[in-house]
Amino acid sequence: MQYRFALVGNPNCGKTTMFNEITGSTQYVGNWPGVTIEKKEGKARKFKEDIRIIDLPGIYSLSPYSMEEIIARDYIIDEKPDVIINILDATNIERNLYLTTQVIELGIPVVVVLNIMDEVESRGDSIDTKELEKFLGTPVLCTSANKGKGVSDVVQKALELAQTAAVKAANERVCIFDEKIEKCITEVEGKISSYLKEKHYSRWAAIKLLEGDEKAKEKLNIPSELLTEIDEYKDRLEKEYDNDMETMVADNRYRFISHIVGKTVKKKSGRGELTLSDKIDRVVTNKFLAIPLFLAVMFAVFQVTFGAIGSFTIDWVDALINDSLAGLVSGWLEAAGASEWLHELIVGGIIGGMGSMLVFVPQIMILFFFISLLEDSGYMARAAFVMDRLLRKFGLSGKSFIPMFMGFGCTTPAVMATRTLENEKDRKLTIMLTPFMSCGARLPVYVLFAAAFFAKNQSIVIFSIYVLGIVVAVLSGIILKNTILKGDAEPFVMELPPYRIPTLKGISIHMWDRGKAFIKKAGTVIFAASVVIWFLQSFSFNLQMVEDPADSIFGYIGKAIAPLFAPLGFGDWKSSVALLTGLVAKEVVVATMGILHGIGEVAEDSVELAAALQASFTPLKAYAFMAFTLLYVPCVAAFAAIKREMNSWKWTLMAVGYQTGVAWIVAFIIYQGGRLLGLN
Amino acid sequence: MERSLKLLKPGEKGIIVKINGEGAVKRRLMDMGVTRGAEVLVRKVAPLGDPIEVNIRGYELTFRKSEAENILVK
Repeated sequence: MQYRFALVGNPNCGKTTMFNEITGSTQYVGNWPGVTIEKKEGKARKFKEDIRIIDLPGIYSLSPYSMEEIIARDYIIDEKPDVIINILDATNIERNLYLTTQVIELGIPVVVVLNIMDEVESRGDSIDTKELEKFLGTPVLCTSANKGKGVSDVVQKALELAQTAAVKAANERVCIFDEKIEKCITEVEGKISSYLKEKHYSRWAAIKLLEGDEKAKEKLNIPSELLTEIDEYKDRLEKEYDNDMETMVADNRYRFISHIVGKTVKKKSGRGELTLSDKIDRVVTNKFLAIPLFLAVMFAVFQVTFGAIGSFTIDWVDALINDSLAGLVSGWLEAAGASEWLHELIVGGIIGGMGSMLVFVPQIMILFFFISLLEDSGYMARAAFVMDRLLRKFGLSGKSFIPMFMGFGCTTPAVMATRTLENEKDRKLTIMLTPFMSCGARLPVYVLFAAAFFAKNQSIVIFSIYVLGIVVAVLSGIILKNTILKGDAEPFVMELPPYRIPTLKGISIHMWDRGKAFIKKAGTVIFAASVVIWFLQSFSFNLQMVEDPADSIFGYIGKAIAPLFAPLGFGDWKSSVALLTGLVAKEVVVATMGILHGIGEVAEDSVELAAALQASFTPLKAYAFMAFTLLYVPCVAAFAAIKREMNSWKWTLMAVGYQTGVAWIVAFIIYQGGRLLGLN
Repeated sequence: MERSLKLLKPGEKGIIVKINGEGAVKRRLMDMGVTRGAEVLVRKVAPLGDPIEVNIRGYELTFRKSEAENILVK
């Protein structure tokens, strides 16, 4: 027989550590249906029974206001796990118990776990677990999951509960609410119970209906006459207390919590004493130091990821794939007498195409290492605290800064980093704007054109392109915030968790989970895309393999769409074909330009190519082309990441459509505006 | 004397009397422990002037001044 235990707890309570301790490396990571929130499931090791552990999203409450909360409660209601393991950060027990007061109403056996007990003990505080068990009507256990202490006992206890057939009714009858409210709840429970699919959550349902929870109303399928009757109960109580029901319920819960915390928690340290976290925060979020420190941290992460170490890994993987592996496979194919097109497909198309994505894997891993480090240590929340004011002006939130900044390195991991934003709207907008940050792959294009047309002020011209990207992002933020992503300002209410020294194991798991997603994508979407793009640029319409890209399908498409670019100043077909091939990776634009101008594959500092370009471009046209390169659809890898994070084709197409539209308009303004001003 | 939490300076304390407004923001605040009777200490204001950091129920919480405006303390 299979048992299913669900892990429930606040963010930062050590839930992930607990999950990893219980399941080891047997976990399965996927997404919840319809949303990008991670769904983790694993098998408990060290037990002969078949025990599945489900890691529900970290939540503060079972309110219907965030995706995570809805997922968690829907899972519990619909799937009815055998036991709920409710994990609490014992150093912050008061707020953590709030979720507990809701979880115990669901009519499913609960094990309450006080985690991070080592910290509580080292402070000299104590918690009377026996007393707490009486108040909550559930078993209470202590653990220090980061040291693996007490973890097996938790699973053992949950197993005992699951095997005891009779669920204790006691844990549903904890007196949290005052008499009048309690009486109402009991009455409503009696009225609705015959309509519920299962009886065990009747108390939870009654409370939600009294609170006026719309999502619960939809879900529970209660006849409308009965809903009206429940609303009368609600109105009566609200009048009597001169307050709204939601507030009264929350007030009652916290009053109950204050009461039991007073009885069970003994604090040694006097209040108001500065903890280590407070001391660190005096510096980290200091009025004068906070911003310089934030920039320094970002700069350091950026330097390591995209600087020497990052480029070293790129070169290394590049050599491994494009030289060693390609050479090896080439040899095999020749020995096997493979036809030329097959050889080209495998070596040029598949290995080349996949290679151009896989070279980013180590870099993405490094970036995720740092992001995990910043998150696990508690700094990420501070960064959001410091930057929120500035970013809110553009419709973003404090947390958007990190992905946007990473966008200067590589759009793909930057888009994936948006996952740290809890808020759906903030995340969508951040994903749409991040590609405007000029990534490393676009630089060769700027270098080529700047050297050919702006020899005297190369660096200023290139810098201006970067600034252009930021300006476009800011303006887009303001525009999108007031149009398609319109709505009430999302609340910014965030915990600043205490600083903790992250464990290497924790960070590694975090990093691997995220990196794996990219590798998986590289193996599917990007693989397919490389084959398609290779085909389009190597074959003509009558399926003959061509030497000159001009004769390929891409060449024809390029010629067909070239007039679209005429108002932007680069209506020649070579430019359009180069831009199309840039979809593989933006630096490919340079190589294609070389081939199309009959010079062969060249680097961005090629003098011959510069001379060839001078024949067909003017400085103004060149600048418009650079601006277009900056802003149009990012490469296939970034597109795949956008699709993954948006989790919707509509939004993905809207994002790339918007980017390309903006690219066209901006290049148009530059070219036509420049001409009006008499520039050339 | 009742006043908005927004008016408290860093280092000042208050007891929460009421939260105005409704919907998601109010609910989120209450879920995080901002309920009647809780003591709240304003720790600091972010370097750019918003949001603010408070200590409530033994932990650190941050929200914007627009949210603080709706919280009445005494």
